[in-house]
Amino acid sequence: MTAKTSLTPTRRNFLKGIAATGAALTIGFTPEGLLAAGPADAILNPFVRVASDGTVTVILKHFEMGQGTTTGLTTLIAEEMDVDWDKIEFEFAPSDNKKYKNLAFGAQGTGGSSAIANSFMQYRMAGAAAKELIVRAAATAWGVNTTEIIVENSQLTAGDKTAHFGEFVAAAAKLKTTGEPTLKDPKDFRLIGKESLPRKDNSDKTDGTAMFGMDVKVPNMVYAVILRSPRFGGKLKSFDVTKAKEVKGFFKVKELGDGKGLAVYAASTWSAISARKAIETKWDFASAENRSSSQMAEDHLEALKKEPQFHIHKDMTSEKTTKIIEAADKKLEAEFLLPLLAHAPMEPLNCVIEPKDDGSIVLHDGCQFPALVHPTISKILGLPLEKVSIKTVYAGGSFGRRANGTSDYAAEAAEAYKLLGNKKAVKLIWTREDDLAGGYYRPMAAHGIKIGVNEDGTLKGWNHHIVTQSIVKGTPFAANMIKDGVDDTSVEGVADTDYTLPNMAVGLTNWHSPMKVLWWRSVGHSHSAYAMEVAMDMAAKAAGSDPLAFRLAHLNSGTKDQARLAAVLKLAAEKSGWSETPAEGRARGIAAHKSFGSYVAEVVEISDNNGEIKIERVTCAVDCGIPVNPDVIRAQMEGGIGYGIGHIMRDQITLDEGKVEQANFPDYEPLRIGDIGAIDVHIIPSTEPPTGVGEPGVPPAGPALANAIFALRGKPVLKLPMTENGVEFV
Amino acid sequence: MPQTITINGKERQVDAADDTPLLWIIRDELNLTGTKFGCGVAACGACTIHVDGQPMRSCQARLSMVRGKNITTIEGIEGKAATAVQSAWRELNVVQCGYCQSGQIMSAIALLEDNKNPSDAEIDSAMSGNACRCATYQRIRKAIHLAAEKLEA
Repeated sequence: MTAKTSLTPTRRNFLKGIAATGAALTIGFTPEGLLAAGPADAILNPFVRVASDGTVTVILKHFEMGQGTTTGLTTLIAEEMDVDWDKIEFEFAPSDNKKYKNLAFGAQGTGGSSAIANSFMQYRMAGAAAKELIVRAAATAWGVNTTEIIVENSQLTAGDKTAHFGEFVAAAAKLKTTGEPTLKDPKDFRLIGKESLPRKDNSDKTDGTAMFGMDVKVPNMVYAVILRSPRFGGKLKSFDVTKAKEVKGFFKVKELGDGKGLAVYAASTWSAISARKAIETKWDFASAENRSSSQMAEDHLEALKKEPQFHIHKDMTSEKTTKIIEAADKKLEAEFLLPLLAHAPMEPLNCVIEPKDDGSIVLHDGCQFPALVHPTISKILGLPLEKVSIKTVYAGGSFGRRANGTSDYAAEAAEAYKLLGNKKAVKLIWTREDDLAGGYYRPMAAHGIKIGVNEDGTLKGWNHHIVTQSIVKGTPFAANMIKDGVDDTSVEGVADTDYTLPNMAVGLTNWHSPMKVLWWRSVGHSHSAYAMEVAMDMAAKAAGSDPLAFRLAHLNSGTKDQARLAAVLKLAAEKSGWSETPAEGRARGIAAHKSFGSYVAEVVEISDNNGEIKIERVTCAVDCGIPVNPDVIRAQMEGGIGYGIGHIMRDQITLDEGKVEQANFPDYEPLRIGDIGAIDVHIIPSTEPPTGVGEPGVPPAGPALANAIFALRGKPVLKLPMTENGVEFV
Repeated sequence: MPQTITINGKERQVDAADDTPLLWIIRDELNLTGTKFGCGVAACGACTIHVDGQPMRSCQARLSMVRGKNITTIEGIEGKAATAVQSAWRELNVVQCGYCQSGQIMSAIALLEDNKNPSDAEIDSAMSGNACRCATYQRIRKAIHLAAEKLEA
């Protein structure tokens, strides 16, 4: 999701974040009882625990879905505390909206590529504060000045005295911090910026021991699957479980509230899946989404032809710019249509609700947004907040899917648990079929663009109309993210483009459906960058310009944003050999886009193999401020490129009279290993505050591929996926 | 009726309906959760195991197909290829979310046991059935080459 507040890390942010921790600097501080320290451990602040053997444990306020938080946040503490990388461990924080809130949105949750950006100062400060306490305790014990103590690789040394952290934690925990801790000068960093730090989740994810929600097993647990309406918004009328009763391991069926469907309980996952198949149901579709996606597509394109519902730039309406464009020497028009997309994280959604003897419950979940999930399930179960705790485990991907306004799968689990009498632990499991048919898609989006080009190749006007469904309307996020009817995520990447585009009008028309839509890795940028960057290539061609030179010419107003975007464009171009003519049968496409505070440019080189396209190489340049973990940044760019390209090549969710047509991966084919030949990532050195990397790799990938195909064939691909619109891949 | 299977070198008693995919027996009954459920239709490879050394999608296997055979899951892998693959994976920071990686590793070990020095094309072909939604493919390819080097050394 989009972070609305500035992420510039300041000491004030840190102090705000740590304000609740004054009491933390004494031994025995146990938030929620979940960080309970051993008798000789000390919790020096909400983010750092030190054991008596010297092992330091970092408490992570962000979950791990693959984006590298377990390595990134741990790096920040290890750096400032001077802990040996092999002797630092991590643990996921409990649900605590005060101590562990994301400073970017003021609530505990992960998203908007903000984990490092919002934690950079906070976690460094926490590490520095913890070290300062230990050093003072050691100085007192040794009778030396704190300045005489050197800390290196978890060891304290002063003259001939030496000790590890553990020896002074008990004394340190009794001290109070004095003012603000001193942070390292960046030139002294030994972990931040280090090229090849081993990921903290390397071992358990390669030997089968990593614990995902899907792997959680608690005593006295039943397995549950949900039988949902085959159309969004349908209501259950009647059902027959006669045949399900014959399934071995079948336990019970319960009706969910509001006609949402049935919870099917069994002794194993397979029994639950089999029993569900055997249940017959009848539904009322009167208020359901009964349209086909082909109709939705027509409606989107039809809406493009009308005046936009909202004008984003009050001083330049579409009416005004239309007149200006009409007077241009050359005019071009393009209508883009991007389909619904599912996130399809590798781990199908699931969670476990476990009752405890004291009447409380524990939710075991790869939990992305505790600030929402926690009150949601408390309310469903009629339990006070303090009787609900969240045990966060690894998430097998998310791409945005796990954070949504209704906390959908956790809410289903809570309801299923309640319907069974609040006594038996329930493990709720979605199958891949549930996932692909489960809604919360990247919305369909249509972009209508009209551009006027002067004879000298400069732009005269740009009229841009977007038709899409709002992601946040009707959700708890709406209050902060919708302004004057405009969901910022519907127009981001266009309304705030970094290019200097004269006489630019941006219009928005909201489209409506009972089907829910959601942020999908890079949110609005996932469609806006495609339309913007393909249109830039079309404009460059009309202007008789090279696509790189044309872009650079529109990044020349002297702003820092433009300079940084221009720099990644130049670097990606240089590393891809842009200035050299591609070999026979080959072509290159370039695209650049800023999102989540980071600047990314990508060049895709393709070859034509008897009419079939092969993606030979992708070259990426990224400026994400201070590169904290270069190898994680590279990995996120590689992954973002793959995620962007894979969907744009061949994926879409379609509806036939409201029914989702894609059942499983064969109908929603993931990117495969052979699809992209090679990816090179280049990171711009920087002293700016760190910004996001989880999402920004995605937006330029699709349009860079499209622009390569445009260069090869002279015809742009305006409708997606490509395989449905005249492009075949090897 | 309980039946006996051999998994990771041990004989285990299992009791499940005949049509139960081996995947769910491994996960729900035997608590070997390293083998993952991703699709249930042999389209993602997250559930890859070895049956007498050959890679198999456990979501499609049934008890009747593995009777008297040696089943190996990620928890039971051993030998030079397994060690080389795991250490190459760690050295190159291959994993992201990690959910598919047990299956990737099982397929990679089987490939290297069959072909000591696979080319890019051979890797792409052998690994094409293992999906990774995080798109860690570039590193998987490099890690298999690195594991091959380690085996040679």
